[in-house]
Amino acid sequence: MRKTPEIPSASMADIAFMLLIFFITATSMDVDSGLERVLPQMPPENQEQDDTPPIKERNVFSVLLDANNRLMVEGELSRVEDLREKAKEFITNPANSENLPETKPTEIPLIGNFDVTKGIISLRNDHGTQYGMYLAVQNELVAAVNEVRNELSTEKFGKKYEELTNEQKGAIREAIPSRISEAEPKTIGGKK
Amino acid sequence: MSKFRKDSSKDLPAISTASLPDIVFMLLFFFMVTTTIRDVSLLVKVQLPTATELTKLEKKSLVSYIYVGPPQKQYTKMFGTEPRIQLNDQFAKVSDIPDYVLAERAARDEAEIPFMVTSLKVDELTKMQIVGEIKQELRKAAALHINYSSRKAAVTD
Repeated sequence: MRKTPEIPSASMADIAFMLLIFFITATSMDVDSGLERVLPQMPPENQEQDDTPPIKERNVFSVLLDANNRLMVEGELSRVEDLREKAKEFITNPANSENLPETKPTEIPLIGNFDVTKGIISLRNDHGTQYGMYLAVQNELVAAVNEVRNELSTEKFGKKYEELTNEQKGAIREAIPSRISEAEPKTIGGKK
Repeated sequence: MSKFRKDSSKDLPAISTASLPDIVFMLLFFFMVTTTIRDVSLLVKVQLPTATELTKLEKKSLVSYIYVGPPQKQYTKMFGTEPRIQLNDQFAKVSDIPDYVLAERAARDEAEIPFMVTSLKVDELTKMQIVGEIKQELRKAAALHINYSSRKAAVTD
């Protein structure tokens, strides 16, 4: 029987290079990540004027953003850098101050009795606000909640929130709810 | 002494290239595994804002994307420079979003629909008006789980 000639493999490298270059150009490596939020449900259209009791002033942490990207927190002009601390103070109310939100003692599994805050963070932006600024503010508010949760989970379980089991996470979430409500945007100050 | 000088007149042997295909294939497999195929070409310029509290989008197949930003240079003649919405491979209006959400839903398995996420890739200089309108449309379409796509910011402590 005649021996079959060997297939030349010198061009193998070139073929592989071609494939490689194709994959490098046609694909992207970036991992998609971002700030996760859940939008509130649309109210039914035929809803009557809602009869929920009005929320007390002390339970609301109002954050306003105007068209010139200025930030107003609880009625005073402030910087994005200070927002996190203010929000944390609002959520935890460490000194049980009169101006900060009320707490409601609740029995929570795994944690026990815990004073759950009644505070709500209210964020309102202008039509002209820049998205980057809006996201920075959102980020600070989420960061404040996450930091408070981390502190509680280190205190109760000795671990960071991310490392907890799902049950423990649920307990922490119940103890420190993330209530960030977004109002319909208005035109606040400044020209459009 | 002559023992050491024996080969000095000879040329260096050529480096064997027999293993080159193997090396390149290794690279190829590395890239095939770590990257994902780009499915849309961007018609708008999107410079993502930075944030620190990021969550990764775990299941790519459950994510639908909405891009918002000023049109790329070659489209500015037709579409101007104001931020526009891009769905799939074309420019869209805010009112197209519910249809887009429905189409995305129809393309998925029914059991997976509750886990779908809408990723908003919005240019950081966009005004909030358009984003607010998109959010309202998403609420109407009951696509409530959203993700504001952003880059990781350097941690400042």
